[in-house]
Amino acid sequence: MTRILSKRRLSEEVYRVEVEAPLVARERRAGQFVIVQADDDFAERIPLTIADADPERGAITLVFQTVGASTHALAAKEVGDPITLLGPLGNPTHIERFGKAVCVGGGIGLAPLHPIVKALKEAGNEVVVIAGARTAELLIMQEELKSIADELIVATDDGSAGRKALVTEPLKEICASDRPPDIVVAIGPPIMMKFCAEATRPFGVKTLVSLNTIMIDGTGMCGGCRVSVGGETKFVCVDGPEFDGHLVDWDGMMSRLRSYRKQEEEAHHRCHLDLAAALASETSAAERLAKGAL
Amino acid sequence: MSGASKEGLERQAREALGRIAAIRSEGRELSPRDRLALPVQDMPCQVPQARAANMLEVAEGYSEAQAKVEAERCLDCKNAPCVSGCPVRVDIPGFIKKIREGDYVGATRAIKRTNLLPSICGRVCPQESQCQANCTVGKSLKSIDAAVQIGRLERWVADNERACGACDLPDVGNSSGKRVAVVGSGPAGLTTAIDLRREGHEVVVYEAFQKTGGVMVYGIPEFRLPKSLVAIESNLLAEMGVLYQLNFLVGRTRKLRSLLAEDGFDAVFIGAGAGLPKFMEMPGENLVGVFSANEYLTRSNLMKAYDRDRAATPIYPSRRVAVLGGGNVAMDSARMALRLGAEEVRVLYRRTREEMPARSEEVGHAMEEGIIFDFLTSPTRVIGDKDGRAEALEILSYALGEPDASGRRSPVAIKGSERVVPFDTVIVAIGNESNPLLSRTTPDLKVDKRGHILVDGAQKTSIDRVYAGGDIVLGAATVILAMGEGRRAAAAINELLG
Ligand SMILES: Cc1cc2nc3c(=O)[nH]c(=O)nc-3n(C[C@H](O)[C@H](O)[C@H](O)COP(=O)(O)OP(=O)(O)OC[C@H]3O[C@@H](n4cnc5c(N)ncnc54)[C@H](O)[C@@H]3O)c2cc1C
Ligand code: SF4
Ligand code: FES
Repeated sequence: MTRILSKRRLSEEVYRVEVEAPLVARERRAGQFVIVQADDDFAERIPLTIADADPERGAITLVFQTVGASTHALAAKEVGDPITLLGPLGNPTHIERFGKAVCVGGGIGLAPLHPIVKALKEAGNEVVVIAGARTAELLIMQEELKSIADELIVATDDGSAGRKALVTEPLKEICASDRPPDIVVAIGPPIMMKFCAEATRPFGVKTLVSLNTIMIDGTGMCGGCRVSVGGETKFVCVDGPEFDGHLVDWDGMMSRLRSYRKQEEEAHHRCHLDLAAALASETSAAERLAKGAL
Repeated sequence: MSGASKEGLERQAREALGRIAAIRSEGRELSPRDRLALPVQDMPCQVPQARAANMLEVAEGYSEAQAKVEAERCLDCKNAPCVSGCPVRVDIPGFIKKIREGDYVGATRAIKRTNLLPSICGRVCPQESQCQANCTVGKSLKSIDAAVQIGRLERWVADNERACGACDLPDVGNSSGKRVAVVGSGPAGLTTAIDLRREGHEVVVYEAFQKTGGVMVYGIPEFRLPKSLVAIESNLLAEMGVLYQLNFLVGRTRKLRSLLAEDGFDAVFIGAGAGLPKFMEMPGENLVGVFSANEYLTRSNLMKAYDRDRAATPIYPSRRVAVLGGGNVAMDSARMALRLGAEEVRVLYRRTREEMPARSEEVGHAMEEGIIFDFLTSPTRVIGDKDGRAEALEILSYALGEPDASGRRSPVAIKGSERVVPFDTVIVAIGNESNPLLSRTTPDLKVDKRGHILVDGAQKTSIDRVYAGGDIVLGAATVILAMGEGRRAAAAINELLG
């Protein structure tokens, strides 16, 4: 059992909390995640990638969006409240001196992208960050990313900040330029990662993605997190969370993510929250991405 | 076997007690013939229709009268063949005699000398292939079902002790100043912890989940093993001074090596369980609606998804469920699916009832509850709808072939027997592979090609001061075998630190 040390609301739906977890703060590496639970008995187990860690203060930073009943329960916690946390889980990102790295983060995905950007930079890479969101308000971690990256490109769906574009646009431009990336890391909604992988495929640029599947234990025991990668079944929690985006069976993964859509809607209803709007905007974003990328 | 009402069973037991008293009032002891004539005491159970719709324990346990009659059936054999069938060598005739004498505390003590978790083993051990398989009474009556019901008696003794609130705490020795880390709080880890604590070592149990008990809390369902029982046993350890560190994944939260090198532990025991569910490796297995039994059961047990009003973890809405496999895990999944509201649950098993590894009592219970068994069948692929959800299985029939050298008849597929049967949920319960986490994060920990940790006769691994036991060594085994290994490891560690 750990405690919440600080809490900030970054936007309407996005929260940033610092959690007391000295061992996790010390052991974690870029790319790893934790599983949190609002309580021990009835709460769901939610995987969240670690956005930052401060080993000295024994704290880790998590950023999450309220998408269902469980994330709302988490958001309802205040400083000092206990939560259950297990981690760090998953394999750390493979970091080396690749040369030029392009890191693409969409929405909430900018949080887990942050430690990877940091690690890539520390390993001596030139790092370009493409930060995308629906609208300016949802752009997070901008200060942190700006201070590390060699270049920060911002793209919003509505043009309220940076370019009015999808992240795949600048990504393709860089791939087509005379200095294409040696590696691309994309973290964000599955549909975004899918289209990033499609965007880099013709250029043959290796593209890592970090999958956030449904999880229960996070230790390899349940297989709920499984996904087909290059025709083989992989467990995201022990074999991942990062995979070659060109090999992931995106449609299979996305339909598995929707397994409980109906129950989640009902649960949401119970919290008197309007999922319909969120769903609608998600779908339209997906449609826009599809149009923009294909 | 079951069917008689609780009241009926009680009446029958009292009548038998009357007959026993009558014999004794003539001044003579019961002859073996008298004992063989006593009726086997059936287990009182919730009626099938009622229990298929609730999570309460199916088997309700003997009454005192039933326990007494059943105890009188034992012949107190000199060579005690039952004991040699028990992996931890419980003094079976010894504890049964104590029941007969009305010395129930003595009975518990006799069991607990070797088995520390009798309330659990009495419920989940495969007695019909262990102690009861060897019982002279069963042999004389030419039916394994007529053996002395050792497991039910064991359970009664433990439940009775708990009901009296007279739980004996094992003695804790004077502090040795030594510290041992135990990885995993399943039966292997818990037993090891108790035996280490008895010697006065400081024991810290690390558990990845938020609750202790391993498979006993996340796998075996409430209706077969109440979670409150597991909690009571775990608390007993805490009372003995065993420390728990929950939500702690050794290998990730802390490396195994660091426990020894930096955290001041003198030895480590690994009881990490099997993990990593096996799949059939057939097309369509990643479709929505296909689950490993581990996932299905963890959602419903540990995460309490059956409590729809309170639990946040969703459970898949199933109408037609196919369970693949024939072991305890398959039985538990099938019966759980039924309790969660499925309309039809079928178990698809490649062999026949005789070969099923599940406890026979559970197979019987499942049949009574209306689970349908399709023996000699196995699926070849899962068929999905346009949204990627499972909607049917393609199934193939098998026949048992000629016996091979070992006398085992393997199933052979019948050509052209493919057919498509609608199912919205498929639960795969065909076993586990070993969890690679510890071996991946501990490079010099040697494992076999299936990933099981290699140990010597004293449960020692390839690393000094590191021991292992239970499913992580044996592959998916049983609670009692895990306990047996834990005790052996504890003895070796106690000697090492002694
Ligand atoms: C559904 C089901 C039904 C069963 N029914 C029966 C039955 O009727 N009778 C019977 O005898 N057996 C039964 N079994 C088998 C039995 O439960 C197991 O053989 C037994 O529990 C193994 O014990 P164990 O201590 O080795 O491991 P487990 O019980 O698996 O416990 C291992 C524990 O270690 C934890 N862990 C793993 N890795 C780490 C780590 N790195 N750090 C910290 N913690 C870790 C896990 O979270 C888990 O809690 C059943 C199994 C299942 C799944
Ligand atoms: S074999 Fe059966 S009759 Fe003989 S001692 Fe064991 S339980 Fe009693
Ligand atoms: S979350 Fe259970 S195996 Fe990955």
